[in-house]
Amino acid sequence: MAMKIGEGKFKDNVNKNMEDTFMRGAVAGAQERLRTRRLDAAEELGNWEEWRSHGEEIRQHVLNNLDYYLHELTENIQKRGGHVFFAETADEANAYVREVVNSKNGKKILKAKSMVTEEIGLNQMLEEEGCEVIETDLGEYILQLDEHDPPSHIVTPALHKNKEQIRDVFTEKLDYKLTEKPEELALHAREKLRQEFLTADIGITGCNFAIAESGSVGLVTNEGNAGLVTDLPKTQITVMGMERIVPTFEEFEVLVGLLTRSAVGQKLTSYITALTGPRMDGEADGPEEFHLVIVDNGRSGILGTEFQSVLQCIRCAACINVCPVYRHIGGHSYNSIYPGPIGAVLTPLLGGYDDFKDLPYASTLCAACTDACPVKIPLHELLHKHRQVIVEREGRAPISEKLAMKAFGLGAASNPMYAAGSKMASAMMKPFTKNDRISSGPGPLKAWTEIREFPAPNKERFRDWFKEHEKGGGGQ
Amino acid sequence: MSDVKVTLFITCIVDMFQADVGKATVEVLERLGCDIDFPMGQVCCGQPAYNSGYVEESKDAMKKMIATFEHAEVVVTPSGSCATMFKEYQHIFHDDPIWRPRAEKLASKTYELTEFIVNVLKVENVGAKLSGVATYHPSCHMTRLLGVKDAPMTLLHNVEGLQFEPLPNAHNCCGFGGTFSVKMGNISEQMVDEKVDSAEQTKADFLIGADGGCLMNIGGRIERRGKPIRVMHIAEVLNSR
Repeated sequence: MAMKIGEGKFKDNVNKNMEDTFMRGAVAGAQERLRTRRLDAAEELGNWEEWRSHGEEIRQHVLNNLDYYLHELTENIQKRGGHVFFAETADEANAYVREVVNSKNGKKILKAKSMVTEEIGLNQMLEEEGCEVIETDLGEYILQLDEHDPPSHIVTPALHKNKEQIRDVFTEKLDYKLTEKPEELALHAREKLRQEFLTADIGITGCNFAIAESGSVGLVTNEGNAGLVTDLPKTQITVMGMERIVPTFEEFEVLVGLLTRSAVGQKLTSYITALTGPRMDGEADGPEEFHLVIVDNGRSGILGTEFQSVLQCIRCAACINVCPVYRHIGGHSYNSIYPGPIGAVLTPLLGGYDDFKDLPYASTLCAACTDACPVKIPLHELLHKHRQVIVEREGRAPISEKLAMKAFGLGAASNPMYAAGSKMASAMMKPFTKNDRISSGPGPLKAWTEIREFPAPNKERFRDWFKEHEKGGGGQ
Repeated sequence: MSDVKVTLFITCIVDMFQADVGKATVEVLERLGCDIDFPMGQVCCGQPAYNSGYVEESKDAMKKMIATFEHAEVVVTPSGSCATMFKEYQHIFHDDPIWRPRAEKLASKTYELTEFIVNVLKVENVGAKLSGVATYHPSCHMTRLLGVKDAPMTLLHNVEGLQFEPLPNAHNCCGFGGTFSVKMGNISEQMVDEKVDSAEQTKADFLIGADGGCLMNIGGRIERRGKPIRVMHIAEVLNSR
């Protein structure tokens, strides 16, 4: 599995997923909980708008000086005996990891949650190499057990499953005999995973933010699994998107605070870990060998373009948690491991319009995403920019739509045409009108009236009324 | 306050489909002492094509609107979304030395109706009366992009006889989104259904909004499903006696 998680067309996916009432109930409930928690956490912190601006500033500064910070990060990791590899493509990243794994004769690999490894299809590659790969984040673990069901959310990947479904997966795959109580399920997973930690050869993590000044990798979890993944195996590999850097621990603190509050409404998560290279002489723990794989995979192509601000993203999913479209169609409809508004912006940039050109249209441009983003990415504007690129630069819009919009442009801008059109509308619609309503409209109205009534155009337009009204001297 | 000269941007939806909303807007403003001017040259603000990605196709309509309202002292419109669009022009013509300053002027004098009544005319009670239970749908562009949240609530709370029930999940979009409503009709249907269900839960007689597009969407679905909720534009509520 790489970034693209299915072959289906967007429309077909949507129709299929919208029938999944379990999923929709789970998503709606989670959205309401997470939204409320986020707002409460922001309120409790105070001056939220200032914090957002500060977060935006930090992210923009890093993106505008990315070469400098990548260099600083690399130098500091190498100084402490770590290895850094810069992968231009997913294949290069996978090839490097494969080499490291093979050189260590690694067979059992433990993973902490990482979206970028999903993006490059790392697990699949490792499994093809004959390795046993075990996800240790509870959500990812559930999905992996369930025949590699893809994540439907970037923070809570198994959001689309309810506890009964999770119990069924455990019963089938883990010989689980208890109930659907979350505590029992979590304890069972914990017992299973503990055994794995002790016998793993290699630990692989993602990276929330790398800290350039110290060459550290910052990880944020609630389960403490990232700590075990990096402490117990002898070799640690961290894979990160090339933009996920902060200059110093000072900015790390700001962004972690924005991330945990926006993602789950917590001041801090239970574990915030900063790992700095391999174990040095005299240190009690840490891996013997440390590798950082910095993944470009299309990101540098976004830098310097009108879409650069999407790289500010800190993967908190606040936009997903407020999206009214995601609410009904769920994450899998997007066909990408990056769903929701951030996914609809990022996926076509990384994966191209051939597979993902429907995504920017899966939005009403309601701007709930933009409003929620803790680093002020203008997501709805970026969705709109995609539409503009698809129409104007790529010329991929359907001919019928192009003609309609051309006609709109002419008609809306011209008084005689607008006047004639709006005046004639009532007469033209007459055959379809009953009780001032159109229930089954022709042409472009058909799609509207399949769902809703359409009002018959007024026989007397407002402007006609106003002319008469004005003649009467503005009286009643 | 009297003799405020107001130039009305009525929006194409109101002009063609909701003339009663336009009449109510005029009557409310006249009662508050405004002198209404309606330039007949006004067309559509260009938003349907613009939002669909047809920026170049919609620019002629935008220029037409900028020129048509150039003489105005203040522009008032009964739509949060269309007011937002007028304010968007300055960004669309950002690199155009001729049209950018003209667009900036238009943006600085454009107001949504309730914002104008409360913040400019400084009126919080327009003397309206309407008896029944009402709920309010805050439209997305009006609240998030234009930033007008409190003005409609202030005015509605002062309508005599109107009892208020908050709309559950009011912040969620109704599923209109211009061409989204037909392009992604299947998703739009689920969104508007949730909105209608929420309105029904409040047991309100009236669902009130301040944007014609959203009201056409929610109202059209309410009618199709045969629900006994009357959809009203806020101008009509404020004009009720």
